[in-house]
Amino acid sequence: MNGKRPVFLWSVLIFGIAFLYVPMLLLVIYSFNSSRIVPIWGGFSTKWYGELFDSPEIWEAVSLSLKIATVNACFATILGTLAGLALVRFGRFKGRTLFSGMISAPLVMPEVITGLSLLLLFITMQEFIGWPDQRGFTTITIAHITFSMAYVAVIIQSRLSGMAQDLEEAAQDLGAKPFRVLTDITLPLLAPGMLAGWLLSFTLSLDDLIIASFVTGPGAVTLPILIYSRVKLGLRPDINALATIIILVVAIGVIVAGYIMLRQQKQREREQSMTANES
Amino acid sequence: MSQPVNYNDRPWLDPEAEPFIKVQSVSKHFGDFTAVDSVDLEIYKGELFSLLGGSGCGKTTLLRMLAGFETPSSGSIVIDGVNMNNVPPYERPVNMMFQSYALFPHMTVENNVAYGLKRDGVARSEIDRRVADMLSMVELTQFAKRKPHQLSGGQRQRVALARALVKQPKVLLLDEPLGALDKRLRDQTQYELMNIQERLGVTFVVVTHDQEEAMTLSTRIAVMDAGRFMQIGTPTEIYEFPNSRLVAEFIGNANMFEGRVTENGPDHVAIEGKNPKCDFYIDHGMSIAEGTKVWIALRPEKIRISKEKPANGGINSVRGMVHDIGYLGGTSTYRVQVGDGHLVEITSTNQSRPKDVNPPIDWDEEVFLHWEPSSSVVLTK
Amino acid sequence: MSVPAETVLPAGQSLGFRLRRRLLYLVQHHWRGLVLVIPFGWLLIFFLAPFFIVLKISVAEAIIASPPFTPMIDWVSDGIMHVRIVIDNYAYLWEDDLYVNTYLNSIKISTISTILCLLLGYPIAYAIVRSSHTTKHILLMLIILPFWTSFLLRVYAWMGILADQGLINDFIRWLGYEPIRLLYTQTAVYIGIVYTYVPFMILPLYANMEKLDWELLEAAADLGARPMTTFFTITLPMTLPGIIAGSLLVFIPATGEYVIPDLLGGGNVLMIGRVLYNEFNANVDWPVASAVAIALLLVLVLPMMLYQHIQGKQVEGK
Repeated sequence: MNGKRPVFLWSVLIFGIAFLYVPMLLLVIYSFNSSRIVPIWGGFSTKWYGELFDSPEIWEAVSLSLKIATVNACFATILGTLAGLALVRFGRFKGRTLFSGMISAPLVMPEVITGLSLLLLFITMQEFIGWPDQRGFTTITIAHITFSMAYVAVIIQSRLSGMAQDLEEAAQDLGAKPFRVLTDITLPLLAPGMLAGWLLSFTLSLDDLIIASFVTGPGAVTLPILIYSRVKLGLRPDINALATIIILVVAIGVIVAGYIMLRQQKQREREQSMTANES
Repeated sequence: MSQPVNYNDRPWLDPEAEPFIKVQSVSKHFGDFTAVDSVDLEIYKGELFSLLGGSGCGKTTLLRMLAGFETPSSGSIVIDGVNMNNVPPYERPVNMMFQSYALFPHMTVENNVAYGLKRDGVARSEIDRRVADMLSMVELTQFAKRKPHQLSGGQRQRVALARALVKQPKVLLLDEPLGALDKRLRDQTQYELMNIQERLGVTFVVVTHDQEEAMTLSTRIAVMDAGRFMQIGTPTEIYEFPNSRLVAEFIGNANMFEGRVTENGPDHVAIEGKNPKCDFYIDHGMSIAEGTKVWIALRPEKIRISKEKPANGGINSVRGMVHDIGYLGGTSTYRVQVGDGHLVEITSTNQSRPKDVNPPIDWDEEVFLHWEPSSSVVLTK
Repeated sequence: MSVPAETVLPAGQSLGFRLRRRLLYLVQHHWRGLVLVIPFGWLLIFFLAPFFIVLKISVAEAIIASPPFTPMIDWVSDGIMHVRIVIDNYAYLWEDDLYVNTYLNSIKISTISTILCLLLGYPIAYAIVRSSHTTKHILLMLIILPFWTSFLLRVYAWMGILADQGLINDFIRWLGYEPIRLLYTQTAVYIGIVYTYVPFMILPLYANMEKLDWELLEAAADLGARPMTTFFTITLPMTLPGIIAGSLLVFIPATGEYVIPDLLGGGNVLMIGRVLYNEFNANVDWPVASAVAIALLLVLVLPMMLYQHIQGKQVEGK
């Protein structure tokens, strides 16, 4: 390939990036619009932020969503890691096909179906064993764990199958019993994958509207449910303010993470060139 | 610690000696595939034993069965008098150096080496002492606090060796120990490995596909193909007296001639070559019936090339035409066409500069090849 | 650890401590079983069982009660079991044009959206793969970043752009033309789906292209192929796995999409996800909602299995 960048490719790329980012940029700009009618500019103002912070509903929804997301992320990481371990390291076992099918199905299952089926399960369970006696935090968390663990399992599976098995064999050879191998070698090496899985589960949970609105009960309003109930009726400047805050938090998080990753990579490259010179 | 094996006492020739590792009709099947096919093997204490063969010959599977990562489908493995069949890898008195080295990337060099001792519950102070000793032996003391990815290939190899040796195993298994190193480093490391083995007297079992490596390192070599041993012997035995065409061709280069035994005397054998038509005379007797179809293997360096007809009346000599000359500096390789299109390879040492040879051998020239009566190896399979 | 906990512990140790020792013993000795049983059990209860419940309710009759459907098994007085299976719900879906049209419309919308995503995503993925090391990382981050922000708010952003008073119509008015209706139309739904799902197309394509041997293209050029020929004979066939994976990742969720047709399509765009949601929440007809779900699953089961097959091959094939 010659050094010239094809004009067509780059115009599509720039269009694509603009397509992804201009709407978000507009959300931010209009959050500073003093007019109540969102698309009509009425001058600069930060009053919607004030209104947002004064609304107890928002704070309740944020705290509920964060609670659900945290509990979900922890459980999903544990369950997904176990599932990934079982699928990659246990070889063939009875019911493996069913297991691997169930693990990856939630990835592609339409949310309306997952939501509906889980709600019907909770209702049936309540009828027969009296639990869960009310829907809300617990039921939403269980539903989120069920689909989040699938994402974690996929990450863990690909990490594990990329990870050379001879590290685990080496530990055994040096006298470590299988459980010791798991705690000394496998899990520490899986830690980055587990962290990625935790973060993904956390975000998936924060983002979910449909499954939560099926399995929630009276009084349990997550942030997406709250946002949805407001925007369904039309544009609202306070939602723009909320969106701006979310975008800001995510952008800072991603930029910091990206910067750290880039630095680590640079350092590794430096070390590698260093050892190459030594030998 | 026992003394390492030296070439003057060869335990495998001593009927009284008790083998240290006994592999007794061991097979390993993976589904329909037979990786190791009912092999028997005896390895003595202090040996540096090589399993040599191409990829897929079963050498790695055999090594993994010694380590305990695979269980034999049938047969048994005994190490130092203990049957290992039901002993898991973490309880075996053997350690392995992996082809990839398998250094734990999240631990420092020091912790990698100490790992095995910690699993054995060795006291902290003793661990520190033994790790320090081992690191100084492999000259890595200054790298103790580094992580594996901060080391060069050669340094990693030495960490892997130190980690496997620090537990003072009865047997050290090495899977392609030099495979990941470049040529220059490999030659140097080869001798280091031999020195360490001699010093510690640990029995080494090495898997390799590199015949030069096996020849240099080993007390004995087992040549493997398709899950079976083709020949087991010292490097000299295997090179000078291969027992089959496969071994002869696998170890070094060999020119093969097909022939038929015409005369079988008590102190000599005469064979008539088929292509090229020439007479072979071998100066020792063999138990071979007259008329048997045989192959004769001749090593390239055992054939002499000259422009003058040798004076022995055409026995152990053949006429040919130079087809190719490869000048390699120290040696030259000639490919000479003899008989009906058969190419014979000859290696000759360049003792004098080409321009001094008067006159030099050139392409498409007629030459005579001849060899000593003791140089030919007669093979029946 | 093989010593029983009791013998190690002096008498009078707290029950909690003993319990912890017991638990530790359990984990150390039966961990392989636990590793399998815990996630497997979870999925059996919370993933597999619910489907059978949906299936069961889809063959019941709606009644005004709680729960609002008839039981499948009745115990008649003498202990005779009475099994009631009603397929009316499915017949109803089939006979009612509304449902048939909704299904067809959903498939049409998600197919066209998938093609649009491919047309937009393919050159983007290609451009990213061909850019320099650092640029590649930044571009990838830019593609992934929207994933981490709220999906709902990104759809909401388009409400503002497409509204009658929105940015696009402002622009049209500024040019001196009559404003056009954009929000609450099928076009808005297409824009919304392409906008939210195009990263799902780009990432598998990128992963696939990243592994390609680009020397093959040079070889083709060297052998006399023009750029267009090279593209159709080499690049396209080799990126086919990425195209299929990306297309499925867009097509499957788009077919069951609820938020986008609801917020951007209003009442004018019929899609199954929305009908299911409304049937369940507004009409409280659980059996019909369940039947709609099962029918949706039937539509998607083939693409879903195809995706799983590809995914499985990728994960296990290293």
